[in-house]
Amino acid sequence: MSSAWFKRKEKGIQTATEEKKDTPRGLWYKTPTGKIVESEELAQNFYVSPEDDYHVRIGSKEYFEILFDDNKFKELDEKLTAKDPLRFVDSKKYSDRLKAAQKKTGLKDAVRTAIGKSMGKDLVVACMDFSFIGGSMGSVVGEKIARAIDHAKKKKVPFVMISKSGGARMMEAALSLMQLAKTSAKLAQLAEAKVPYISLCTDPTTGGTTASYAMLGDINISEPGALIGFAGPRVVKDTTGQELPEGFQTAEFVKEHGFLDFISHRKDLKKKINLYIDLITNQPVRN
Amino acid sequence: MEYLDFELPIKELEQQLEKCMVIGEESDVDVTETCQQIEKKLAETRKDIYKNLNAWQRVQLSRHPNRPYTMDYITAICGDTFLELHGDRNVKDDKAMVGGLGKIGDQSYMFIGQQKGYNTKTRQYRNFGMANPEGYRKALRLMKSAEKFGVPVVCFIDTPGAYPGIEAEERGQGEAIARNILEMTRLKVPIIVVIIGEGASGGALGIGVGDKVLMLENTWYSVISPESCSSILWRSWEYKEQAAEALKLTAGDMKKLKLIDEIVREPLGGAHSNREKTFETVKQKIATHFEELKKLSPKDLVKTRMDKYATMGVFNG
Repeated sequence: MSSAWFKRKEKGIQTATEEKKDTPRGLWYKTPTGKIVESEELAQNFYVSPEDDYHVRIGSKEYFEILFDDNKFKELDEKLTAKDPLRFVDSKKYSDRLKAAQKKTGLKDAVRTAIGKSMGKDLVVACMDFSFIGGSMGSVVGEKIARAIDHAKKKKVPFVMISKSGGARMMEAALSLMQLAKTSAKLAQLAEAKVPYISLCTDPTTGGTTASYAMLGDINISEPGALIGFAGPRVVKDTTGQELPEGFQTAEFVKEHGFLDFISHRKDLKKKINLYIDLITNQPVRN
Repeated sequence: MEYLDFELPIKELEQQLEKCMVIGEESDVDVTETCQQIEKKLAETRKDIYKNLNAWQRVQLSRHPNRPYTMDYITAICGDTFLELHGDRNVKDDKAMVGGLGKIGDQSYMFIGQQKGYNTKTRQYRNFGMANPEGYRKALRLMKSAEKFGVPVVCFIDTPGAYPGIEAEERGQGEAIARNILEMTRLKVPIIVVIIGEGASGGALGIGVGDKVLMLENTWYSVISPESCSSILWRSWEYKEQAAEALKLTAGDMKKLKLIDEIVREPLGGAHSNREKTFETVKQKIATHFEELKKLSPKDLVKTRMDKYATMGVFNG
């Protein structure tokens, strides 16, 4: 009888305690196509689902780990925090929102900047965190990026900007808008100094970031499937009343339309960024 | 291997030789001498044909379906160091124009070139090597980036022309080519141009202004293709061979007219008959010319280049 298969022959739990496995919350990750991946496996695979190659959204902690040798780096301007100069209030006070975001994420604001070795050579990396108020760009983000660019320029070290943002921070209004001009001005100076600038657009790179530093790299690169665009897909659809083409604003779409130099799988990012640096600075290729 | 019409005597002899060898293997007849005779005749015929190619035959060789294309050269020359870069930062990534960074030895170069396909599907994908304005703009973007970092530029030319399309006109095909020509005359890094196949008119010159312009032996470079020239001036496509002669479009003619700097010899039978040898020759030529050009200051480099183009043209008075 088939039901006998399911009957427990021996009573009690047979698994030895040391083989017992805990399954706390968050140990599994479900990708948009419904594939289930173990968190540990995901981390070992550069946070890319081995099942369907889905590139999970990650933050500065993970990108620093991916790009810097042995995860060693010196963080720059880590104490900078936002003010609430406009005393902005929407459904809640901006000042409260900041506090809540800081508490929830353990971050000070939506970008972290650092210098460290990548394949043995110095690299300045600025990386946005989407978890902090949607990776929105306000005065702190602008200032930290500007200072990181200054640092790269002074030290003649290539600069990598990892964008991941919903756009400018509404709660800082035009102060936030002007961060587009401020960071672009700094990039113009970096270009004058002929220091290579690599812009990595990750999922999602939208709004003000695309209208400034994200699109101004000596090379602009991305990861598979990342959303990149100025106006979000919903806004475009509602405004035009048109059906959006398939794959609209994906990294692949953006590359096809001439704005990305290449799309790299996350596992190849470190190697490809450094290959570009070696080639454009006419240095021997590191392996 | 595909044979062109004037290569048919070679094809016949090769078939004879093959048959002869089969007979030798399958029977007791001693065919050594016969085979040797055919081989000798084959060598003579090859030499006879390829040493006396007329202009139209060279045009045919430049379009030989087995001929290596831009990416074949780049991959062979740079190996793993090649990093392809895409896009014009305006409308599109043109598949007919490729580019990227790569190394010859320890030296980085920015490689740019028109790319053709090798079967129906890839030919369409590459638009038959006919770039749109965005292709020229992509090329210029890469050149400017190379200039910024002091990286020399290498251009491989192989195009039946810039794409004559409606959208190409809308987006300013003429302007795109003009801009490239102007910027290339004053680019502050060495530019080495190699015509590896077809060099048709503005579509070729749009990435073709250089300190050293080399033509492979069996390529053509002119203001128009022989077919189009025939149809316009003779009002029929039938006079392409005459047109090819009249246009003086071969490497030899172009050198005599002082419009190019050097002819690069191809293996007997054309670049495709010994691809590896062709790649190696081209690689060496690029490296050798760069060694000379890098001695010039950017100012002298640009002046010499401008002076070279300023002397082109023949007139009375």
